[in-house]
Amino acid sequence: MQPVATTFFFYLLSGLALLGGVLVITRKNAVHSALALILTLLALAGLYLMLYAPFVAGVQIILYAGGIMVLFLFVIMLVNLERSQKEEQFNKQWVIGTVAAVVTGILFVLVFVKSKELPNLVREHVAQLPEQSNTQQIAVFLYGNYMFTFEIASLLLLVAMIGAVVMAKKRI
Amino acid sequence: MLSYITDYLKSNTTPGQAGNLFWAFVYILLVFLGLSIAVIAMNWLERKILAHMQVRLGPMRVGPHGLLQPIADALKLLIKEDIMPAEADKAVFWTAPLIVVITAFTVFIVVPFGPTHAVTDMNIGVLFMLGVSSLGVLGIVMAGWASNSHYPLIGALRSSAQMVSYEIAMGLAVVAAILMTSLNGMGVYGIGGHGDGTGTLSMIGIVQAQQAQHAWFIFKFFPLGLIAFFIFAVAMVAETNRAPFDLPEAESELTAGFHTEYSGFRWSLFFLAEYSAMIAVSSIAVTLWLGGWLRPFPNLLTGETWDLIFSLFPAATFLSLALLAFIGTIRMPRHSYFRIQTLGLGGFAALLGLIGLILLIAPVRDRIQDIYWFSIKVAGFMYLYIWYRGTFPRYRFDQLMRMGWKVLLPMGIGVLILTALVGVL
Amino acid sequence: MAPITTFHYLVVAAALFVLGVIGVLTRRNVVIVLMSIELILNAVNLNLVAFSRLWGLQGQVFSIFVITDAAAEAAVGLGILIAFFRNKETVNVDEVDLLKW
Repeated sequence: MQPVATTFFFYLLSGLALLGGVLVITRKNAVHSALALILTLLALAGLYLMLYAPFVAGVQIILYAGGIMVLFLFVIMLVNLERSQKEEQFNKQWVIGTVAAVVTGILFVLVFVKSKELPNLVREHVAQLPEQSNTQQIAVFLYGNYMFTFEIASLLLLVAMIGAVVMAKKRI
Repeated sequence: MLSYITDYLKSNTTPGQAGNLFWAFVYILLVFLGLSIAVIAMNWLERKILAHMQVRLGPMRVGPHGLLQPIADALKLLIKEDIMPAEADKAVFWTAPLIVVITAFTVFIVVPFGPTHAVTDMNIGVLFMLGVSSLGVLGIVMAGWASNSHYPLIGALRSSAQMVSYEIAMGLAVVAAILMTSLNGMGVYGIGGHGDGTGTLSMIGIVQAQQAQHAWFIFKFFPLGLIAFFIFAVAMVAETNRAPFDLPEAESELTAGFHTEYSGFRWSLFFLAEYSAMIAVSSIAVTLWLGGWLRPFPNLLTGETWDLIFSLFPAATFLSLALLAFIGTIRMPRHSYFRIQTLGLGGFAALLGLIGLILLIAPVRDRIQDIYWFSIKVAGFMYLYIWYRGTFPRYRFDQLMRMGWKVLLPMGIGVLILTALVGVL
Repeated sequence: MAPITTFHYLVVAAALFVLGVIGVLTRRNVVIVLMSIELILNAVNLNLVAFSRLWGLQGQVFSIFVITDAAAEAAVGLGILIAFFRNKETVNVDEVDLLKW
């Protein structure tokens, strides 16, 4: 299937993602930040689709936007944030923090620009991963080479579940 | 330009796969139209069927036998005052119904009404449907929060907790069904089958797998398919907040829950989204377990005569509905007060009869087959939904959560493991 | 316009990472700090998937594991937040100083 209007959708989706990111870190109201993060997550799912990764996009929507963000919204509603909206939002060292972060970002981009791989990175894609059996190929990797990692990830989730239950109980 | 439009008609794929924007739009409009008619019909059917189950008559005044009641309801909702509670978060209050409606409608992109009658056929179709329905929970949480009032907040938290819990059981049942697409033993008991590794997540692929394996998945590896279908059927009722799992929006418990503070058009958006979500999850159930658009016994009873008999079913349905309406017309009281209603009902009967007669024409008969069988199966599920509402008492919230986590989830895991075992034996 | 290359995606990922780091370093509300950490993880995911298009599917498999880990970490982090909030009734990071001298 031929992709349609790739350039337009890339700029639209990455613009939405960055807009959501800016809104997350600047809003006073935590619920608004959570909604902006959902916008970012959905825009990123669109970007994954453009990168021919439909399974990762589906997992992102189900787990991240439909699971983790619901968890965040629950906790924001349980925790009374009315008082915190009237307090000072940014801490005292915000200038240094911003400068350090921006310098780190420029460092990342410079790493790509000065690397030997740059011709590969700026080449337009002609060969694509076949989209038809993406899920099957990921499954072959996941249950083949990375089976051990898969089991450890499920163990990690078990430990996290038990930890979260213990943390949030009123009496242990 | 014209060739762009007519080229698609020669190809044998969905518009999404052919990359044809015009026909994709046409299909989307058709889906919207069909959904709107279905929601209007559901509104009327729910009130009438519920009433008849409770030995009363339901709406009878607004049109003949209450047929114009949904239109009256829609008009009322449109002209009601739009109230926003004080101190409510305006932006979130405004977007919450939008999110619920958008996610409920986006699901229909991948629902297949036929082998090529879907807007598109994503190869992660089932994953997409599950993901987008789980986004609807966010809209409900936002609605409860933005109303700035106790009852909506508690209703929203309860509703989203319930939906998240039953999503897991739904997901496990769906995975069990998808597992069956790759286990290719023939017939009802696939023992001696072998996995040939071509399982698929695409909705059209799942129905084609059922066709190739000569068994609807509800009957495959009996009783495993049946148990998986049962788990999904219970979880889907809980997922759409319908009786008997409707504590979050029950009127006697929580004064309508998360949509308490919504009035007029915004409330009708929630209502629209609820019915669309019901139709969406019923479509998933029909596609995964009941053979999608396949007519009964597509491989066993083949041949010219059987094809002809089964192709007469759509016309027979509409003609019998027309007969019922005609009987209703004859039984109307002969008073001048009822003249308009009698004429209206007679006109409706004539319309249904006309549709039935159109469906007898041979070219129409061939094309309408798949859509008809799919719609009939989904309509059966809608009737089941109304039946549950009229029959079962409401679950208390802790009973509801107990069932989701302690009963359906272990059953789902058990079905999954047993399906995998039986499939590779 | 120039055709979209991998480099475009990497720049977007770097920008999201920077936004996340700014959020972690400058905000006082613990919930928003946790959400900025999620932004950082998403930037890493975008980077992985962009490279996986060049070099094979391992990047996508890795990104699935990253999403799983992010879920686990968000759950535990929010559990800690709830436990802390129950004791001190505030979500201000500056007031998490029970162990200070």
